[in-house]
Amino acid sequence: MKLIYEKSVPGRTAYSLPRHDLPVPEVPDELRRAEPPRLPEIAEPDLVRHFTELSTRNFGVDTGFYPLGSCTMKHNPRVNERLALVAGFRDLHPLQEPEGAQGALELMWRLQEILAEVAGLDAVSLQPAAGSQGELTGLMLIRAYFEDRGEGERRRKVVIPDTAHGTNPASVTMAGYELVGVKTDPRGNIDLDDLRGKVDEETAALMLTNPSTLGLFDEGIEEIERIFHGAGALMYYDGANLNAVCGIARPGDMGFDVVHINLHKTFSQPHGGGGPGGGPIAVRDILEPFIPSPQVVRLPDGGFGLDEDRPKTIGRVRGFTGPFGVFVRSYAYIRAYGPELKGMSETAVLNANYLLALLKGAYDLPYDRLCMHEFVLSARRLKREHGVLALDVAKRLMDYGFHPPTIYFPLVVPEALMIEPTETEAKETLDEFAEAMLAIAREAAEEPDTVKGAPHTRAVKRLDEVKAVKQLVVKYGFGEQAVPAEA
Amino acid sequence: MRYIALTDRDREEMLAAVGVSTVDELFCDVPKGVRLDRALDLEPPLSELEIVEHMGELAGRNAHAGVELSFLGAGIYDHYVPAVVNTVLSRGELLTAYTPYQPEMSQGVLQAIFEYQTAICELTGMDVSNASGYDGTTVAADACYVAKHVTGRSRVVVTEATNPQVRQVIKTYAPGFGLEVVEVPHVGGTTDPAQVAEAAQGAAAVFFQQPNFFGCLEPAPELAAAAADAEALAVAHVDPVSLGVLEAPGRYGCAIAIGEGQSAGNAMSFGGPHYGFIATKIEHIRRMPGRIVGETTDTDGNRGYVLTLSTREQHIRREKATSNITTNQTLLALGGLVYLSWLGPQGLRDLGETCMALSSYAKRELEAAGFEVVFSDKATFKEFAVHVGRPAADVVRDARAKGVHPGYRLGRDYAGLEDALLVGVTEKRTPAQIDRLVEVLSEVGR
Repeated sequence: MKLIYEKSVPGRTAYSLPRHDLPVPEVPDELRRAEPPRLPEIAEPDLVRHFTELSTRNFGVDTGFYPLGSCTMKHNPRVNERLALVAGFRDLHPLQEPEGAQGALELMWRLQEILAEVAGLDAVSLQPAAGSQGELTGLMLIRAYFEDRGEGERRRKVVIPDTAHGTNPASVTMAGYELVGVKTDPRGNIDLDDLRGKVDEETAALMLTNPSTLGLFDEGIEEIERIFHGAGALMYYDGANLNAVCGIARPGDMGFDVVHINLHKTFSQPHGGGGPGGGPIAVRDILEPFIPSPQVVRLPDGGFGLDEDRPKTIGRVRGFTGPFGVFVRSYAYIRAYGPELKGMSETAVLNANYLLALLKGAYDLPYDRLCMHEFVLSARRLKREHGVLALDVAKRLMDYGFHPPTIYFPLVVPEALMIEPTETEAKETLDEFAEAMLAIAREAAEEPDTVKGAPHTRAVKRLDEVKAVKQLVVKYGFGEQAVPAEA
Repeated sequence: MRYIALTDRDREEMLAAVGVSTVDELFCDVPKGVRLDRALDLEPPLSELEIVEHMGELAGRNAHAGVELSFLGAGIYDHYVPAVVNTVLSRGELLTAYTPYQPEMSQGVLQAIFEYQTAICELTGMDVSNASGYDGTTVAADACYVAKHVTGRSRVVVTEATNPQVRQVIKTYAPGFGLEVVEVPHVGGTTDPAQVAEAAQGAAAVFFQQPNFFGCLEPAPELAAAAADAEALAVAHVDPVSLGVLEAPGRYGCAIAIGEGQSAGNAMSFGGPHYGFIATKIEHIRRMPGRIVGETTDTDGNRGYVLTLSTREQHIRREKATSNITTNQTLLALGGLVYLSWLGPQGLRDLGETCMALSSYAKRELEAAGFEVVFSDKATFKEFAVHVGRPAADVVRDARAKGVHPGYRLGRDYAGLEDALLVGVTEKRTPAQIDRLVEVLSEVGR
């Protein structure tokens, strides 16, 4: 398929603008654009067709089953899209005076209250733009808390298990902390003996995803809480897997002091091909003085305002008060469930366990327990016996009309296939997916080249990712020589 | 239950297949001590109709740009978003997909990001753009990271005439990066290159904004040269809508261009979600944060697109990654691409000139009505500052009572400008609306 730049014809336009008979001020010569940017020149009919064709070469939850582990690819209710486009939300300027934005502020305040209840904590900041930024913000709060107590110099270490998302260690570095790794035990929990030797008066915090990226709830969570709080350290909860435990077990009740919540996962903001997301944080009262400014508050007169008078705040982590359009969608989603969010999580866990039961004969299950909302299988037997990799299984699933699961993560499982069905899938869909997975396991034995050559039915065949790195082409060359790769 | 397909019979069959008799047994690994022993204290579920009505009531209490004549800008602008943008973004195949980890399933999004990267490079005169950052503030923090690692230096310089929120975010991130932040004051609304040259000695980067927060045109080539002479990276924060009229940062010596994408194709949406863009010269590509899409071929030799240079990223490099970003703003960046394709080069220039013409008209008419324009000797783009003769908060309150929001109160960020408003004028404003602004300010100001 052509790039839109390859469809461009000089002089062709799609735009229209109001005309005014007003003089245009001169731009000083040295600041004026010399050569126009080579943006596409295309008429509206072909513009619409171009992007429609691109959409047909893509696969979303609307297209079919998308069990991408740790990403919670659930249905995105369409009413929420409509609501985000209501003029009173869509066309509201973020610097509107609070008295002219009472509805928006009330929505945000209500969402803060809801998330505090779901997290089992005391205060919420909606500002972080995504889960990763929530992590970084949380670590900044922890740093500010210990600096405020005079322990900032001493507590430099953050403990992270080997099953953690890559964002956790990256956030630790960005926050200026040192990483301490801790092992996973044979049941898939944090190895408590390893942990005890690594937590001391230099420890600032633990970062933990619970249930973990193995899809397992850490059975030692109460002892973990005693170890960290006993050492005067704090606990950070990566809420990527919150979809498993809403209304069942709250991070605050597990002992966590700060939590981020991925609104695009648990609360159904569409993932948009990579974003936007939302990463609000909920905190225990001891961390509340440090949360980002400004903060949405309810005023004594019952109205809503923005509190910017926060002397201990870590500051601002992004523009304005957060991704408001995401709040609209997630708030609407939560209002559709209310306390029945518990049923949402129960169904997510039931769907995952059902799918696991159908698959665990054909693929290895490294930790043989009931799972939470997702589970991790290994294709190591297919690799050993037939030379078929997790990557091949993933590509072959495309031919059966399914988006592949997450592969090669978590790192502690070789040839990992991380599968998260979510609560919004029907039993028949799970049955069909399981049949495809079992068929691929048979194909691996009987016709391995079919699997290794997959996909066979997509718009493109298997793509050469090594070439993409070696011969870097990261923008269109306009018929000129490609930008040379860095030596 | 809403959005869930399972029937009671499904549940029974599925529990039997798992080998348990109740859903509760599935949670046997969750210790009793951490279980919630009551229902969540949330309001009861609402039907779709009730949700629409509740949300409509909330939306109705917001004075949005359709009901109040607004001259607010200060980083977020009321530009027109053409219908084609939402037409494209509503396609479920794009809207409900995630990061294209599996390229054969995701050629639509991957090609769109490649086209977006090309558009950003064309606008900014740079060689490489990522797939988007969170917004126009966080990309400044990303640029700090790049500059620190490229130069090995530990101080960044930011001009005072740079958007205050951008400066605040840099200051929030800086301690974690081990960076000190130094500000260079403005002199009469723009930045003195000599002061920048002095501050840039030993610095990793110099950040400035063009047009700056006051709407004034900076001597950008001279600021970039002052940074480059000190071997600091020049970082320009630019408005994409200005780049049909104003020179591209890559053409006057900047190493990095960043900006807030909202003005190009996103609704204001009370501050987000929008997209931030960051683009650099090719030599910095391995320090870039975030996703980058590259071109390649499939096993048949056909062209296709993949995420590339992933070894920079957190899911591979973990604590040594260039950033922790994973979820970004792809859908909003796609909106930007559709918008820029709708405009084309001619439309972008036409739009910039229309904004300048209307803004200039507003400036002239206010001066004619006796208002003093702040920094009146400086060229501006689509915004300018004006003294209103009384505390700006009072003027805003009184003007809003007459249905006009006259602009941003500069005194919130700049001492000495408590009686000044930053007036933003986009192509959506008409001369008659500007006349109304002048009329209302004449009644409530001075």
